[in-house]
Amino acid sequence: MTSSSSTVNILVPTGALGAGISVDDVDAGLAAGAHAIACDAGSTDSGPAYLAQARCKYSRAAVKADLSILMRAQARSGLPLLIGSCGTSGCDEALDWTRDIALEIAEEHGLKPRIAMLYSEQSPAQLERAAEHAAIRPLPPLTTVDPQAFAQCDHIVALMGPEPYVAALQAGADIVLGGRTTDTAVLAAVPLMRGMHEGAAWHAGKIAECGGLCAISPREGGVMVRVGTDFFDVTPLRPSNRCTPYTVSAHMLYENSDPFLLTEPGGILDVTQASYRALDDRTVRVTGSRFVRMPYTMKLEGAAASAFQTIMLVGIQDPKPLGDLPRFLSRMQQALAKRVEETLSDAAGNYDISLRPYGWNAVSGIEEDFSPREIGLLFVATATTQELATQIAKTCNPLFFHMPLHREAELPSYAFPFSPAEIERGAVYEFRLNHVIEVGDPFALVRTSYIDLAENAHA
Amino acid sequence: MPKLLDVCRHVRSKNAGPFWITVDLFFKNADCYAQYVDSHALQKETIARVFGIDPSAVKRFRVPDLNVLKLSFPRKVPQGGYLERDMHGGQQYVRLLPLDL
Repeated sequence: MTSSSSTVNILVPTGALGAGISVDDVDAGLAAGAHAIACDAGSTDSGPAYLAQARCKYSRAAVKADLSILMRAQARSGLPLLIGSCGTSGCDEALDWTRDIALEIAEEHGLKPRIAMLYSEQSPAQLERAAEHAAIRPLPPLTTVDPQAFAQCDHIVALMGPEPYVAALQAGADIVLGGRTTDTAVLAAVPLMRGMHEGAAWHAGKIAECGGLCAISPREGGVMVRVGTDFFDVTPLRPSNRCTPYTVSAHMLYENSDPFLLTEPGGILDVTQASYRALDDRTVRVTGSRFVRMPYTMKLEGAAASAFQTIMLVGIQDPKPLGDLPRFLSRMQQALAKRVEETLSDAAGNYDISLRPYGWNAVSGIEEDFSPREIGLLFVATATTQELATQIAKTCNPLFFHMPLHREAELPSYAFPFSPAEIERGAVYEFRLNHVIEVGDPFALVRTSYIDLAENAHA
Repeated sequence: MPKLLDVCRHVRSKNAGPFWITVDLFFKNADCYAQYVDSHALQKETIARVFGIDPSAVKRFRVPDLNVLKLSFPRKVPQGGYLERDMHGGQQYVRLLPLDL
């Protein structure tokens, strides 16, 4: 085991705040010589709705339970606590939502931390100006910068690097709650602040960003990374869990389009020459990671509501339509379109009806050559307003529930589980941006403020 | 001719951000990797045809230390649109399983 004096040790209690944290794991990490506690609270992986709506994907209670464990550990240990991408999207509203939970926890447990807040939501006007100065570039597969795209987004965030976290800690923050940040940056911040190896710090951040996902048992707690002057070590927090060279190196594959190069604000992590070896049966040492400095860029994420959907669901066990699903679904699609045309006509506006036979080919959309015993047939109407989507669904109701395979056949009734049968699903959200912005310095798009509970207590 | 699951111990797919899908093929061992990693069925053109995309957009990485072939390609439509069927992209790999190697 590496001595804690020559490394900077980051306790990573979970892959996502709100996914669940064990007090025992955190205590084990503190006892093992942690210098900071850091984790991420966000992702785009659950889709655009969380950014467009500024809502957290986890429940408030789940986030509060995790944050409470970490804030009390912070107070007990005096170690800095860093949390990136608060509230899933890391937009201002999601960050403030997390702040309110933190203040509630502080109140309930009599904690008096100095909290730094790092905001990285961006205004469309500012980005339009940047685009005019050619400071914004599309990332593949996008090829253009549409100046109107910014104003069409409900929320836009820029992904921060480690610098605002470092500055907040140097200004005396006990807890840093960050808006949208790269997963790696929030974990790399303290090792970088203390002068550890850049490549090792960034690579450690990438390996630990999903907590225990780089270990044998991904669901058994988080990990500790120890970053040194030319290496880092990674160990699971839980004694029963293990990291092996295979599990650690394989994590570079996870959710990365390139397993060797990872673009970060201010540079590229290059692990082409990295080597992974077991220090003992639970700990892996990684050497040879490189960080290549590049002009500072921040990735932009933007999302917006685009349309509305109303859905209906039926279960079908009737062997006749199931025996010829391609024909049945094609007839159904035509009949529904005709019915909407006849009744709503132009009033339906720009709309879409999508039939998705779960149990047959709803996931792939590619025709299959077998007959299932039962399907769940999902009807999805997409229209410009919720009311229109619902009117389209209600117009299609009799056909969707009762259309036989052949016109002359007796009227079937498919099994619908709910009354009313139509369900208003709300808005459809879309990601509108996949761009980077070049910035002169890492703070150009970041706003930092402080809440000093100790100071307030003295006032 | 073997199928993917005859020579891989695990195959998975996932979003790599909202605009990309990445597929990881974990071959059973170094021999399987050596024999099949460059199969015709695992070239960019085949992958592009299966997913209905431009072959030049497919990225292909050999990771011999892990006996892994990684294939990354842009989504036809960004994650989350009105026709989304697989929000995490987690089921996309299944389309590769029937390929003859």
